[in-house]
Amino acid sequence: MSMPFYVAPEQMMKDRADYARKGIARGRALVAMRYTDGIVIVAENASETLRKVSEIYDRIAFAGVGKYNEFDQLRVAGIRAADLKGFQYSRDDVDARSLANSYAQMLGNIFTHEMKPMEVEILVAEVGPDGAGDQMFHILYDGTVVDERNYAAIGGDAESIRMRLADQWEDAMGIAAAINVGVAVLSGGEREIPAADLEVATLSRSNGRRCFERVTESDLEPLLSDG
Amino acid sequence: MAMPFFAPGEDPGANFPDLLRRIGLESTALNAAYDAVALGVPHATTCVALRYDNGVVMAGDRRATAGNLISHRTMEKVVQADRHSGVAIAGSAGPAMEMVRLFQLQLEHYEKVEGSSLSLEGKANQLSAMVRGNLPAAMHGMVVVPIFAGYDLIRATGRLWDFDATGGRYEERDHVATGSGSLQASTVIKVGYRGDLSRDEAVDLAARSIWEAADTDSATGGPDALRGIYPVVAAIDADGWTRLDDSDLADRYGRIVREVNDRSEPR
Repeated sequence: MSMPFYVAPEQMMKDRADYARKGIARGRALVAMRYTDGIVIVAENASETLRKVSEIYDRIAFAGVGKYNEFDQLRVAGIRAADLKGFQYSRDDVDARSLANSYAQMLGNIFTHEMKPMEVEILVAEVGPDGAGDQMFHILYDGTVVDERNYAAIGGDAESIRMRLADQWEDAMGIAAAINVGVAVLSGGEREIPAADLEVATLSRSNGRRCFERVTESDLEPLLSDG
Repeated sequence: MAMPFFAPGEDPGANFPDLLRRIGLESTALNAAYDAVALGVPHATTCVALRYDNGVVMAGDRRATAGNLISHRTMEKVVQADRHSGVAIAGSAGPAMEMVRLFQLQLEHYEKVEGSSLSLEGKANQLSAMVRGNLPAAMHGMVVVPIFAGYDLIRATGRLWDFDATGGRYEERDHVATGSGSLQASTVIKVGYRGDLSRDEAVDLAARSIWEAADTDSATGGPDALRGIYPVVAAIDADGWTRLDDSDLADRYGRIVREVNDRSEPR
């Protein structure tokens, strides 16, 4: 007679968390930080077409690391939720906090109920009318939400990147300085990341209704040499 | 609000109206049968669009009427659809404004989900589907007949379309007018049109066409210098949508007034 399996719940959760963490650690990291005109997101991404950073709504951006198809699914769900809310109520009623909560709920549900957890970590950032209103939410594979104030790092090796950020981030940096800090903390000063392997986008207050803007490779090079 | 998630076969993709349908939020007002005349709903009137050498100019008056009353003096019938296109509407104001709101959202939604904009022709097709969706309401007098114009980045030229109540989509070569004053407006444009108009000349011609439509059609509003209300005039070129300032339009209409005045000096 075969013995029925018994796995302790602690063990099961730990196995799932290890599995998700392993998947996330394989990918490259990204950082987001506040600068004078809003929030800048700097990601290491060799692909020109498969984006890690994208626009969700007028003042909200999304960034994901880990398994591409999984965070892309989350990105589209976020755009849908935001557009639906803005259509039903008003554009002013769409905010990052409620979006982050929905993401957290969904990721938490998938973590406990599905066969396999999502191997992703995501960041939802929103710029306020002034610097005090800027918000960043870091959401983990198990639905944990962390509210970050000035900067955030997600993905493989995020802990050491966050420590470097704590050293190098300053209040009221210009766009060029912020991007250079982003690249420096991602590389750790040990290697050079070519501009072609960077994906940079900003949420800038001065960009009109839709704050999200990509910094193209040709615009990026002068900014990198500026710092 | 719960996050919308779909099984692979049921995913609406980048289609926002389809998304609304799938989560049961489809706007019912547009499809319900009302008698527009009995309800006394406002109507919007004359809009024009014409091509110039680097793009298109769109213009529309600001008046909405309900029967023989002026119900609004500041309605904006020419609106930006996205960076490189605009839409002008004539017909029942309520359904038309709702249609435009949904259309703008659809273009932005597509752009965000797909990561790139629809082609200009794709946008015209989308609008055509929306006008067709309004057909049941059109049968009860709530007709919406838009003009769609924009700058085609692929072909590097301005293009314009008009529509009929069934969603029929017709690309026009040079100019188009819609609404109750469209006969007067399109005659003015037809007479003044040349293939090599500059932007400035095209704006003047569009402004003049609205003037003449307002002069003859009671449902079309002319420039209202007393309240400082001028028609909406916008140009779309490779750099995108630009709406002209009221002060610029005040100058142009000032010139038209002087010209008409000189013409009608007492003998």
